[in-house]
Amino acid sequence: MAAEKRVIFRSAWLPWLLLAPQGIVIAAFFFWPAAQALLQSLQQTDAFGTSTQWVGLENFRNLFNDPTYLASFSTTAIFSALVAGLGLVLSLTLAYFADRVVRGAGIYRTLLIWPYAVAPAVAGVLWMFMFAPSIGIASYALGQLGFEWNHLLNSRHAMTLIVMAAVWKQISYNFLFFLAGLQSIPKSLIEAAAIDGATPWRRFWTIQFPLLSPTTFFLLVINVVYAFFDTFAIVDASTRGGPGKDTAILVYKVYYDGFKAMDLGGSAAQSVVLMVIVIALTVLQFRYIEKKVNY
Amino acid sequence: MKLPQIAIVLMGASLGLAAQAQTEIQWWHSMTAVNGEWVTDLAKQFNSSQSAYRIVPTYKGVYDESMTAAVAAFRAGNAPHILQVFEVGTATMMASKGAVVPVGKVMRDAGYKFDTSVYIPAVASYYTAPSGEMLSFPFNSSTTVFYINKDAFKAAGIDTAKPPATWPEVALAAAKLKASGHKCPFTTAWQGWTQLESFSAWHNVDLATKRNGLAGLDARLVSNSPLHVRHIENLANMSKQGLFIYKGRANTAEASFISGECAMLTTSSGFFGNVKKNAKFAFNVATLPYYPDVPGAPQNTVIGGASLWVLAGKKAEEYKGVAAFFNFLSNPEVQSASHKRTGYLPITTAAYQLTEKSGFYKENPGADTAVNQMIRKTTDKSRGIRLGNYVQIRTIEDEEFEQVWAGKKSAKEALDSIVQRGNELLERFEKANKS
Repeated sequence: MAAEKRVIFRSAWLPWLLLAPQGIVIAAFFFWPAAQALLQSLQQTDAFGTSTQWVGLENFRNLFNDPTYLASFSTTAIFSALVAGLGLVLSLTLAYFADRVVRGAGIYRTLLIWPYAVAPAVAGVLWMFMFAPSIGIASYALGQLGFEWNHLLNSRHAMTLIVMAAVWKQISYNFLFFLAGLQSIPKSLIEAAAIDGATPWRRFWTIQFPLLSPTTFFLLVINVVYAFFDTFAIVDASTRGGPGKDTAILVYKVYYDGFKAMDLGGSAAQSVVLMVIVIALTVLQFRYIEKKVNY
Repeated sequence: MKLPQIAIVLMGASLGLAAQAQTEIQWWHSMTAVNGEWVTDLAKQFNSSQSAYRIVPTYKGVYDESMTAAVAAFRAGNAPHILQVFEVGTATMMASKGAVVPVGKVMRDAGYKFDTSVYIPAVASYYTAPSGEMLSFPFNSSTTVFYINKDAFKAAGIDTAKPPATWPEVALAAAKLKASGHKCPFTTAWQGWTQLESFSAWHNVDLATKRNGLAGLDARLVSNSPLHVRHIENLANMSKQGLFIYKGRANTAEASFISGECAMLTTSSGFFGNVKKNAKFAFNVATLPYYPDVPGAPQNTVIGGASLWVLAGKKAEEYKGVAAFFNFLSNPEVQSASHKRTGYLPITTAAYQLTEKSGFYKENPGADTAVNQMIRKTTDKSRGIRLGNYVQIRTIEDEEFEQVWAGKKSAKEALDSIVQRGNELLERFEKANKS
């Protein structure tokens, strides 16, 4: 280890000044709304906010006494695992092959990045139209093959639909990072392995995949957060949480209760719960999974 | 070049003066397409009929979106003067006493005579507080009716002169349609509204206590009576046999009627204009089916649609303008023209008679079905349904019914669950709005 170059600030206020822009942004866009959510979760107000009562933990009690709310935890867990898992596997596969493509690589990559420019609500509507029972092009094709698609009443079909839409939307983002990660792996390592007679499969698992682990870990965290927070528009535009409550993931209920039903207290309590879950998940990921990451 | 420039400046100045002298009234609404043009035309007519006030209609998204937008605007202190609110939001608006001004008071203060007895009873009573004060201005009221594809009936060999009037007859017709190869004999839009709310009033049974919520915030759901269970069971059986095909929440089922895929549909009377314009087959608007052995059925159906609310915190002069506009809208001729144009109810008896005299119902058979369903004398059980947190309760109804159509829950289980989950929301609403 060579002597590390350390810069020491002699002034007391300069570091704070340099930190300030970032600090202000975080305070305004994260701490302030989060504090508001915490306050509101302890209140009940009428729609127009003309009367406000402090109700203590009652909003939380209401939530946890509602069996459908508890059920939406497992729905969310399944949904998030599928979205993060499938999203990562598919985009890594695509990136791996894109990395090997020689001719037309630019076009291929550009096309793969396109879906990222689509708004989540539009993605939801798009997939909903394709799979609309009896009139959607995809459900019609499935019907011709003898498979009756009906996400209005079949909860597996409905879950499949929102997972497909959410994964499709996120693949481009993952793809970009995986591709950049793959391209930053020195070619000499792979060539050396190839000369030693390692198959492409073996080269991937023993060289590329371990070297990609920082990227994979970063994307895992991002994808879990995406599945938890950014997917309500997809659900709202395609299944609206149905059939029954089988695709009503937590964040969709936050959105629905707050913005459609105008139950701000209940909605705030749910976002506090959601915030705690995501913080816990992120801590877990950093504690246990990060140990397996080679930087 | 000089002269025209001066002219423009002068013109601009005079326009500016004129605009200053006029009091602007903001009106937020949720009407699109044909109905959106109707709202714009109403404002234009009023604006050109006088010069003191100017109504500015603005589309603010579908009903629940415009309501949320108005709530946010109210909290920020720049709410509109007039807000169109759907019937599901009525209880919320009524409970927000500090945020709204009763329409009766607005009219009185401005010196207009406001006689609520001219309104169709079910319409007037719905927007009237227990104290007898009319809180919002009835605007576009609709109700649930039964649409039939005549061509499909003919193809299945069913007599179209006598449309099925009862649920057993609907099941029979559906079976014949299916036998003739029809893929979707019957479907419904707005399942909670048509199969639970209107169904209750139509059969003169309670959906909720306290006169379905009209008499107080402590109302609770009782929509799991044997009759309710029987009806949902009946629909579940029809669904199992492929006679009733579920087409989704809200009004998504309407598209499958217009396309000809589904032959029978229960939905809003406000759908009439759309079918008339877009359907490529002969159709009929019939009254809602009922169970003939239920005493008192058919009674009357409940209203949907929306009314106009006046929001608090504005200047006295502006409220005068609102009153003048409402006075203009109360003209039977304006109401009759609106009814003919949109398919919404005529709202007042005078407007109904005027429409009848013009021969409109003879030229458009079926257009008066909704009126006939509504114009009857109401009972305590059928006057209307007004419950708090109703947006969420409607969703609960959707969720539970979907479980029944999917065969996961029995009719009884689902209805019990609607009552239990709905009542928790009603309790919470009562508590939040006690003050």
